[in-house]
Amino acid sequence: MDPLMTDALVIAAQTAFLIVIAPAVVGYVRLIKARLQGRRGATIIQPYRELRKTFRKGMVIAESASWIFHVAPFAIVGATTAAASLAPVVSTVQPADLVGDLFVLAALLMLGTFFLALGGLDPGTAFGGMGSSREMTVAALTEPTIAIAVLTLALTTGSTSLGAITGTVLKTPAYAIGPGHALAFAAFLIALIAETGRLPVDNPSTHLELTMIHEAMILEYSGPYLALIEWAAAVRLTLLLTLAANLFLPWGMATSLVPAALTVGLCAIVVKLAILGLLLALLETRVAKLRLFRVPELLALSFTLALLGAASSFFTK
Amino acid sequence: MLGAFALGAVAALVLPLGAFVRRTALVFAAIGSACALALSVSVLRAGATWTGRWDNLLQPLGGVSLRLDSLGAFFLLIIGFTGLPASLFAIGYLKQIDRHMRSRATHTLFNVFLASMCMVTCADNGGTFLFAWEVMAVASYLLVISDPEQRDAPTAGLWYAVMTHAGFLALLAGFIILAQGGSWEFPALHSASTLLAPRARGAVFVLMAAAFGSKAGLVPLHVWLPRAHPAAPSHVSALMSAAMVNLGVYGLVRLVFDLLPPGPPWWGGLLLGIGVITALTGVLYCVAETHLKRVLAYSTVENLGLVFIGLGFALLMRGYGYGPLASMGLVAALLHTLNHAAFKCLLFLAAGSVVHRTRNVSMEMFGGLIKRMPATAMLSLVGTLALAGLPPLNGFPSEWLTFQVLVAGAQRTAPALAILLPLALAGVALVAGLAALSGVRLFGITFLALPRSTGAQHAQESTWMMVLAMAIPAVACVVLGVAPASVIPQLSRIASDLGQPTGPLSAGLALSVPLVASRMWAAMIAAVAVSAGVAAALVVRISGRDRPVRVGAAWNCGRIIQSARSEYTAAAFAEPLKRVFTGFYRPMQEVTIDVHPTSRYFVRSIRLRADLAPWMDEVVYGPLVRATRGVSDRMRQLHSGSIHFYLALLPGALLLLFVISRWIR
Amino acid sequence: MKLFHKIRRTGIVTEPLSVDGADDVVLAREIDARARSLFGRALAIREVDAGSCNGCEVEIAGLSGPVYDMERFGLHFVASPRHADMLLVTGPVTRNMAVPLRMTYDATPDPKLVVAVGDCARTCGVFAGSYAVVGPVDSIIPVDVTVGGCPPEPTQILHGILAAIGRFERGGARRA
Repeated sequence: MDPLMTDALVIAAQTAFLIVIAPAVVGYVRLIKARLQGRRGATIIQPYRELRKTFRKGMVIAESASWIFHVAPFAIVGATTAAASLAPVVSTVQPADLVGDLFVLAALLMLGTFFLALGGLDPGTAFGGMGSSREMTVAALTEPTIAIAVLTLALTTGSTSLGAITGTVLKTPAYAIGPGHALAFAAFLIALIAETGRLPVDNPSTHLELTMIHEAMILEYSGPYLALIEWAAAVRLTLLLTLAANLFLPWGMATSLVPAALTVGLCAIVVKLAILGLLLALLETRVAKLRLFRVPELLALSFTLALLGAASSFFTK
Repeated sequence: MLGAFALGAVAALVLPLGAFVRRTALVFAAIGSACALALSVSVLRAGATWTGRWDNLLQPLGGVSLRLDSLGAFFLLIIGFTGLPASLFAIGYLKQIDRHMRSRATHTLFNVFLASMCMVTCADNGGTFLFAWEVMAVASYLLVISDPEQRDAPTAGLWYAVMTHAGFLALLAGFIILAQGGSWEFPALHSASTLLAPRARGAVFVLMAAAFGSKAGLVPLHVWLPRAHPAAPSHVSALMSAAMVNLGVYGLVRLVFDLLPPGPPWWGGLLLGIGVITALTGVLYCVAETHLKRVLAYSTVENLGLVFIGLGFALLMRGYGYGPLASMGLVAALLHTLNHAAFKCLLFLAAGSVVHRTRNVSMEMFGGLIKRMPATAMLSLVGTLALAGLPPLNGFPSEWLTFQVLVAGAQRTAPALAILLPLALAGVALVAGLAALSGVRLFGITFLALPRSTGAQHAQESTWMMVLAMAIPAVACVVLGVAPASVIPQLSRIASDLGQPTGPLSAGLALSVPLVASRMWAAMIAAVAVSAGVAAALVVRISGRDRPVRVGAAWNCGRIIQSARSEYTAAAFAEPLKRVFTGFYRPMQEVTIDVHPTSRYFVRSIRLRADLAPWMDEVVYGPLVRATRGVSDRMRQLHSGSIHFYLALLPGALLLLFVISRWIR
Repeated sequence: MKLFHKIRRTGIVTEPLSVDGADDVVLAREIDARARSLFGRALAIREVDAGSCNGCEVEIAGLSGPVYDMERFGLHFVASPRHADMLLVTGPVTRNMAVPLRMTYDATPDPKLVVAVGDCARTCGVFAGSYAVVGPVDSIIPVDVTVGGCPPEPTQILHGILAAIGRFERGGARRA
């Protein structure tokens, strides 16, 4: 097959996988949390039903809203899809390396957050403004952690491109268990929790507006707009979990585009997502939400871990 | 080109007052800018240089000698490219001063200002350079104080005048040391500088870097910027922020890459460190300020900090002998200069429109302008996305390139840099995140939600000429964001002309950095994002034929009325961040509680005043200002009125000059 | 770790939904077929307290607990009426809550359902005739299902909600 065609197909397939599996990941985490709370809980596919229902519902648009309110959900979908297209899901052979690297991915996620925050400010409600303000602050404070984690990976693997990083770590397992990577992994996990708005930074199922960060921005959205934003949030969670799994623990990924290796890679990522989802559910059950003004302390901790990781990478080179 | 400016200046002085003089002068300014643009593009494309020499002009300064090489042409391009929209914008913006005498002066000065900036980039002679520099400073000072409605303009002008003249003196001293008594022509200085002792070289570097850094707005010499830029009329602010501060960058690049030979790494380290501090200071105050134009001024400080991070990195790498990395750093810095000029020009012009139409300068008085000034809002969104450094607009490629060169540098260098470069990288990342925060705040509070004042409520769209003037840099923002690789070959040529050849930095339409095997194909990213968004919109549209959609009141938890009082304010938006960085901001808070005279349990009113004065000004400049005042008060005592004392001063001064001249010889 | 030991020891305590107490659930009007097909498997509920004594709220809170577990039926509470498909209203509607209740109803996108919970919501209960009370819930907004009781048990409330979305579990609930 024409190599350009193969590349496009690989990118499209990986993106489609992330987009399709995202609600299932959210449903899986919810199911485990329910079981830990002693309840039966809903099935894994419940988020799909919710999205389908929300998509078919009517909408009420605020009088004070402008065209930003209408454009924001689509901008968020666009930015998140573009970010998802860059992620290595099943193979280390990443044609998307020609399009962007980890910094581009982080910037695209920030673009989605930007439009979400504008959509929260647009109707002119107090809670929307509060959510936007808090979300942008948390997002801004996680940027240094992500940058230094990328630096740590680049120092050992020699590149900031996602496919190259996963390929190098797969070839040289010694990197993965070095102190640099381990510290960067820990820092990345904390940044993941902050970026996706899970406990202890933000409770995704809270009803108390004064404790909300992410939810407060979408209180005004309804119908298909709401469905798209919820889906984008699920894709973001799945994307970041995939990155955590594949950048730091890439075993099982295919090193060539052979169907057998790709199937193994697919099973590997599903298993890794299941394990990470279980750990996330356990964490969310164990800890309580942090006060908003304690969150910067947590982010400073993650930054320190990342910086230590970078320094140790320097000295073990 | 210079002829067009001269014509504009003369026309302003000669023609009768009224709309005609305004339009003529500004049209000539626009033509002059376009000529500058054309000239610089031709020099950059052809790779040739353009020289001119007039020995009879400015005889005592060594004659006027001009040379336009690729580096000068790049900065001339930026001047022409920002001068054009600023002139067009001013045609509508300055309509209200048609009848006054000072309109002559304003239009003349505007043309003179543009002409002097162009001359700075062409100067090939220390004398010409300093002359043009001084004319530029005087013209811009007079323009800063030209708006009588600004009450703080005279103070701002004073700060600006003092600091720019202090810089001038530093430049003069630097040139004197560099020339070592010989010719002041730049090529001669270049060869003479190799004979300088290392300590003298260091002195020249520090003096001239301080002067150029002050013009560019490096901390702690930046204090004039947040005062002068908001006080000036908006089209002048646009030029000052987008063109004049870049001349500080131009001067520094000319100094360290052309005039002086390669220096020790501490030069680069110093610039890198100051750049990081400047960027962080700028963005932190940008997030906290509520005066619209001061927010943009601090954003200028932040972006120039990023430029100096690239420059400092380049010097550092050159000091350690990593040539290709140095040139990559230089290219990143120049690219960011270009991108910043585009979006800052756009944003200042938009700010001018908003301030003009709403008769207010504070962001707390805006709101709801997206429905009343739709074109301005749309263009401001483009500018804000660029300011936030987000793809697919032009703030992102230069930030990306800066990240890549820092990572590449960290990979390859000595452990001495093991802590400096990661910290610089973290600093740049934090600045990028906070810039996004300030972008959301800037656009969201100003344009979205409900109007917070009657001025905002009755605002109207600007004239089509002003909107067109804003559209020009907006188009540039989009083009530079989606196709940044189109300018990389020219920038690489500038770097190699300065003796720093780079490796390939672009591959087809993508930016690529082979040293870290990373690429960024902005057009593809934009295409994927836009098509995904459009696809989602189509799906929603097609499936929504029988979907009930209503317009209703916003959900305010069932409260009866939605008013502008319940919206978030600009100060509130920055509140979580201000809490995190309290140690930096040192905010002042004053609470006054007014109780009923008969019982202190009945509170009549509570007043809260929170202030965020830049404490750095007081700490660094307070003692300086007080000392100067003290000295000048003492000196005043010399004005005793006694003729004998004054007569005795004359031979005393002559004797002193005699002694000094003997000592120098 | 003690927490996880306790979780292990407690296990799953959800009880199957019983049919007792489904008599007080009354369908006030015919449920729109479209609503039924849309909300059959996933329903978002917004709870509105229109001046209730909170006795009903305590019972409703039990719904999301482990014993009654409404999530297994696809029901969940949401934070904003914009996200909601159903309003769960309690309390005799007091004067101060009349307008907010109406505004909540208007803020909910179509199609929507309303379930009135408790004797107060049905007939103003013990507060009928008070100067502070405007009238039962169906005098402010149209009601689809009423669940009587003071307070009704969580089982009855669940039957009421499920009846509104057309899921008559094991013969519970009757039509008016």
